[in-house]
Amino acid sequence: MLLRLAPVLTLALILAPVGAGLLGTLLPAFGILPALGRSEPSLDPWRALIATPGLSTSLWLTIGTGLGATAISFMLAVAFCASAADSRAMRRMERALPALLATPHVAVAIGLGFLIAPSGFVVRLLSPELTGWERPPDIATVKDPYGLSFMAGLVLKETPYLILMIASAGSQVPVRALLAASRAMGHAAPVAWLKVVLPQIYGQIRLPVYAVLAFSLSVVEVALILAPGTPPPLSVLAARWFAGYELDLYFPAAAAALLQVGVVLAGIGLWRGLEVGAAHLGSRIIERGGRGWRSAGIVQGAGLLAVLAGALAAAALLTLVLWAFTQEWRFPDAFPSAWSLAATGRLASAADTTGATVAIAALSALIAVALALGCLENEQRHGVRPGSRALWLLAVPLLLPQIAFVFGTQVVLVRIGLDGTLAAVVWAHLVFVLPYVFLSLADPYRALDPRFARIAAGLGAAPMRIFLAVKVPLLLKPILVAFAVGFAVSISLYLPTLFAGAGRISTLTTEAVTLASGADRRLVGATALAQTVLPLAVYALALLLPSWFRRMRGGMR
Amino acid sequence: MKAMGAVLRDGMRLAAAAALWLVAIGPVEAAEQRPWAEILVKARGQTVYWNAWGGDTRNNAYIAWVGEEVRRRYGVTLNHVKLNDTAEAVTRVVAEKAAGRGEGGSVDLIWINGANLTAMRTQSLLHGPFTQALPNFALVDTAGKPSTVVDFTRPVEGLASPWLMAQIVYVYDSARSKPADLPRSVPAMLDWAKRNPGRLTHPTASNFLGATFLKQALYELAPDPALLQQPASDAAFEAATRPLWTWYDAIRPHLWRQGREFPESGPALNQLLSDGEIDLAVSFNPAEAVLGIGSGQLPASARVISLEKGTIGNTSFVAIPYNAAHKEGAMVVANFLLEPEAQARAQDPEVIGLLSVLDTGKLDTAAKRLFETPTRNPAMPAPEELGQPLPEPHPTWMTRITAEWQKRTAR
Repeated sequence: MLLRLAPVLTLALILAPVGAGLLGTLLPAFGILPALGRSEPSLDPWRALIATPGLSTSLWLTIGTGLGATAISFMLAVAFCASAADSRAMRRMERALPALLATPHVAVAIGLGFLIAPSGFVVRLLSPELTGWERPPDIATVKDPYGLSFMAGLVLKETPYLILMIASAGSQVPVRALLAASRAMGHAAPVAWLKVVLPQIYGQIRLPVYAVLAFSLSVVEVALILAPGTPPPLSVLAARWFAGYELDLYFPAAAAALLQVGVVLAGIGLWRGLEVGAAHLGSRIIERGGRGWRSAGIVQGAGLLAVLAGALAAAALLTLVLWAFTQEWRFPDAFPSAWSLAATGRLASAADTTGATVAIAALSALIAVALALGCLENEQRHGVRPGSRALWLLAVPLLLPQIAFVFGTQVVLVRIGLDGTLAAVVWAHLVFVLPYVFLSLADPYRALDPRFARIAAGLGAAPMRIFLAVKVPLLLKPILVAFAVGFAVSISLYLPTLFAGAGRISTLTTEAVTLASGADRRLVGATALAQTVLPLAVYALALLLPSWFRRMRGGMR
Repeated sequence: MKAMGAVLRDGMRLAAAAALWLVAIGPVEAAEQRPWAEILVKARGQTVYWNAWGGDTRNNAYIAWVGEEVRRRYGVTLNHVKLNDTAEAVTRVVAEKAAGRGEGGSVDLIWINGANLTAMRTQSLLHGPFTQALPNFALVDTAGKPSTVVDFTRPVEGLASPWLMAQIVYVYDSARSKPADLPRSVPAMLDWAKRNPGRLTHPTASNFLGATFLKQALYELAPDPALLQQPASDAAFEAATRPLWTWYDAIRPHLWRQGREFPESGPALNQLLSDGEIDLAVSFNPAEAVLGIGSGQLPASARVISLEKGTIGNTSFVAIPYNAAHKEGAMVVANFLLEPEAQARAQDPEVIGLLSVLDTGKLDTAAKRLFETPTRNPAMPAPEELGQPLPEPHPTWMTRITAEWQKRTAR
């Protein structure tokens, strides 16, 4: 009975805060906010928004960087998969990738900033010997007006994510056989992959691609670190206003948040259009024939760029490590002149923050895994598979800009007296953690050979016992990995923590973003490093525990 | 499971009701009349959520010390809610008012002044007047430091308790720049910037310190600075700021990044100075260099200069929201902040370095001794170098300058 409620409960837990939050943004966007004595609908918020100096630049910056970052990430990921499909490198990558995925966006962004700034690690390594620069050059390599560094920060994180999504979608298609057949007919493998495999799996990676697009178009925390500030992207503009000097700014803030929803919807619509166009063009190219030997090099070159992006991300994280253990590091010294454990020590003394971060991440991931298992088990026992519509509902929080509903959600949380509590933050995180956990767990759960359960039932085991004694042990690894994914997602959340936590609950991520706005670079490095190490540790445990468990249980394979 | 369902049901019901926010809270200002002893009794055991900007590790350390002391002395637990921007706390109080939470609010104390303080007062979001109830308020130098009772030209009327004094200085690295070469007036800054392109910038004007940089320039360039004490009307603003914008248009191309990008905050500005990207950084803290050296964020050769004709100074306050859950505890903290021991500690350049709001003449000998420093730190400016602080303009000037700057710098 309870099990039948699982899908409803799951959707309600996710959609209620989102819906209420949207309403709480929609009303002020049209001038209604009784707390400030406004109950008459009006278009003034929109007039104020349109009159904002630099709004069109903000808008174009948002659209350009969001679409650009998504398109580049997608192309790099596809090129990499096409070049490396079915190779040993690919399988090794598949194991290593989640580690990069577990690294929060904020940490990568901060590290990249340290790396490429005019006074950053790269320039320090080369100066003054090679560049002759005794002082940092006045060149905007970070927060550049075109948002290139912002886009780079997004690409570093989104490319590995999309590679992993493509790889897991590819596991449901006989890639090896298809490529072998193509090769036998004299086709270049990378191009054959594009022509034969990609069209078959694109449908499955569409949702992740749209999530990347929505995220890139609306992210606040990465933009705060890498995007230009005068004027900033639309999402930062709205976030700034929500926390602005003047209370009157709520109205244009709500309007901007709503406009952000429009931008994301339009972005997805545009991408859909591009999909149709690409499919059309693609089938023409495929029909024309050709074995693709000439274009294979281009694809492989782009694939190499994806490897470069990975290397850059690793270098960014290395820079974090350097700063975390620095006492003094003046320009143009290539390396710190004095080392110290002080920053990491100060971090350790802020045990509250780390504790809260871990508690929130563990709780939200645990609840998400339980609910996801409930939904999946319900589906198997009652033979109901959710339609694709239910799946898209689950993905709503990933496709809507966070800024569009977090303020409204905060008002609701205040109403039910939950704001600033651990429960509120866990719930707010659950909204984003659950979809990822569900998506991560669904495929392995459904792929489990049903004969195991049938045999157990034949031996007289009750459904609950089958679930606990057969399915969970067999699926231990994907379950733990799903937990680790949820844990990592929770660690990385910024806006939901900020608003639901009412400032009382801070996590390593909110600390890192606050500190990144200027304070002590050593402490920023240490905080971002801690923020990276935690999810990595959990992911490593998720991989190690099952084999330890298997050894305990001897015969299980 | 059931509990979760119940929460969910309530959540959905209330979510639906969110469309019908009904808030009817009248003016809430009510003078604090209880005797101090009664307040102390009620405060014991309370947990005070102090919302204060958390971007500075030294300030955070000081607040942590205050927390230890008030716990030891009064049984009050202090929780520092670290803000990115003070306006976040204002936002939170508004959100609570929107949700009809007239008491039991989540913000007990806010570190505040200027536009945020004005905003909260205009929206009747503050508790008080309450400073008359604080025993230590009598020690405040309200005559010699008028900004302790008049914030940005507006009388505070007991709605916020003064904490520390701040005054504009400019930080530089004496290993890179000779003090004699540095500009000592706003017009001189333009010539200096032309000779040293890309070596000067200021935080974005939506940041407090960024607007302050422009305000200081306005003070020196305005035909009649006395006008700045009045609210900025359209005509007055246009006339008084014309020389400022002429100056700014001339200097902007010579700023860091050709004046197209600006750091977000004071600490970000200091980071640029520390990295050697710029040579001069505005600060609101005379002890900025001492503190930066102490924490390793600025080189040991960091020093500060002031301007020939003086610089703007103001006071930081703490205020209590009308719906604060722990008003008594908050008042105990506000009173402790005025304790000579706490003030002397904050004034110590090794701790925060902001000047005390107290009148040392009103203190007894033992308390007076706390304020005597044996040797002067070379990175700390002498009081005569700083001079008498210039009064803050009316807040409307800052709001308008920020808006005008945004319009002018928008691409």
